[in-house]
Amino acid sequence: MLLKTSGQRWVGLVISMVAMIFLACASIVYGYTETSWKMAYQAFTDFNGTNEHIIIESVRLPRALIAATVGASLAMAGVLMQTLTKNPLASPGIFGVNAGAGFAVVVAVSLFSVGSLQAYTWIAFLGAAVAAISVYVIGSTGREGLTPMKLTLAGAAIAAMFSSFTQGLLVLNEAALEQVLFWLAGSVQGRKLENLASVFPYLLAGWVAAMILSPKMNVLSMGEDVAKGLGLNTGLVKLGAGIIVIFLSGGAVAIAGPIGFIGIVVPHVARAVVGIDHRWVIPYAGLLGGMLLLVADIAARYIIMPQEIPVGVMTALIGTPFFIYIARKGFNGR
Amino acid sequence: MAQAIETEKLTLSYGSSIIINELDLKIPKGEITVFIGGNGCGKSTLLRSIARLLKPQAGAVLLEGEAISKLSTKEIAQKMAILPQSPIAPEGLTVLQLVKQGRYPYQNWLKQWSEDDEKKVNDALRATGIVELKDRNVDSLSGGQRQRAWIAMTLAQDTDIILLDEPTTYLDMTHQIEILDLLFELNEKEGRTIVMVLHDLNLACRYAHNIVAIKDQQIYAEGQPEHVINCNLVQQVFGMECEVTIDPLFGTPLCIPYGKGRCILPKGEVSYAR
Repeated sequence: MLLKTSGQRWVGLVISMVAMIFLACASIVYGYTETSWKMAYQAFTDFNGTNEHIIIESVRLPRALIAATVGASLAMAGVLMQTLTKNPLASPGIFGVNAGAGFAVVVAVSLFSVGSLQAYTWIAFLGAAVAAISVYVIGSTGREGLTPMKLTLAGAAIAAMFSSFTQGLLVLNEAALEQVLFWLAGSVQGRKLENLASVFPYLLAGWVAAMILSPKMNVLSMGEDVAKGLGLNTGLVKLGAGIIVIFLSGGAVAIAGPIGFIGIVVPHVARAVVGIDHRWVIPYAGLLGGMLLLVADIAARYIIMPQEIPVGVMTALIGTPFFIYIARKGFNGR
Repeated sequence: MAQAIETEKLTLSYGSSIIINELDLKIPKGEITVFIGGNGCGKSTLLRSIARLLKPQAGAVLLEGEAISKLSTKEIAQKMAILPQSPIAPEGLTVLQLVKQGRYPYQNWLKQWSEDDEKKVNDALRATGIVELKDRNVDSLSGGQRQRAWIAMTLAQDTDIILLDEPTTYLDMTHQIEILDLLFELNEKEGRTIVMVLHDLNLACRYAHNIVAIKDQQIYAEGQPEHVINCNLVQQVFGMECEVTIDPLFGTPLCIPYGKGRCILPKGEVSYAR
């Protein structure tokens, strides 16, 4: 644990916020089209219609805001998932959100010829919600209700099912493949502010609710029996956490497609910084998640300039070594 | 005598198999009650059900005369604490954080952490003798220390009734005695009602005021150990041949099992070894 007292943690929180704002500004300034900090400032205060100003306002700004909100949402959803499943390798993807969203988008493209990135938002959100609700319901069948093991198994089964359907559809319909391939890799590029605006209420509600639920998540993490003994309504708390995960990760996948690793990696980084108290882990995970996706997205522009790597690939590049480290540490520790 | 807990025609089941059938039980206030019985007889299930961790199929559990199904789970948590069998603390949790969770039933939106909470936590740490361990991680403690930390959490809950499911499992003899002494003192000094499941019949006889022997989905016998425990009961409840004698130090019943093993008594002396 890096920050031990709550004084240090408040300071850390403020520093992280400043760093996040700095990274968002950097994301607006740096890219293929050369712009400067001054130019970016002028684009908002004294818009003159030049190419650079248009790019800053309509391309880079939405992109920075989307990276920050999506990264934050995925990381916070990851914290909740890891507590719900008692599995340090769990991510929002275990709820089947990515597979469900991917399937819905591919169905829309190949069967109904839906083509716009904007239309994908709602379709993906719907697919994510349907998959996650099925996982929750299947995981809750039986006497003891939702258990970590049943949730994990139901999630793996539903995700595998939707993924194979998606692949089947793509094999049959190559034209659709080309259209959705970029989406399926996960990206925050080419989205408009309206995309963000349409799901932002869900994300914001998810952030607030996650903070409200955080003391109860602390109790839940002590185990089902202990939590019940302490007077926690565990069924209600798990349902609440499930809904928050659907809002956050469903909203994130709807805007940006499936972006892996943030939901797994960032909660562990946040715990390394502030320990295991959810009241601190959740806000720190949010800030760190937003920062990671901003950094990954900026890096994605520079690696094979002038082309861009999908940010999902970039987070995987950063995340994989860390994932292996966690897995080894986790398994040795038990 | 006042009853801390009663059950009325309590029926418990897992799926279609009935574990406890129409059980009427009275647990006296201010005493130590121990459930005994063979593996799988349902004593832990009964304790879990009393603690509302398991919903009964039929019947009711009364807590100080009120049906627990009618009380909110937080209200119950202010009257009765449960320490489940071998609880596992999340990795990285400190002893102090663990014990503080015991105050959860008293917290709400308006009332976060109070001086009273702080005092109850410190009292619990002191009573269990783990003040100097409070900043250690729970996973780094020895078995006995860890169990004391969990008991401290239930003490911080500040309830008159404490339920414990096999609190001495996996502990060596020294730590078993240490835990049971601690619970005995809590009962003696503060008059708390303690209900627990124990496997060691002899320790149950020493520490319990009241024993409940469970067999065939029902109570086989209940009462003071010295009135209840005899070789017939052990034969019936555990299916084991034994001799019941008197503990030379405490005068409580002492059960010595028959069976195989080395018998080193001089020839001619009575030997029960087979």
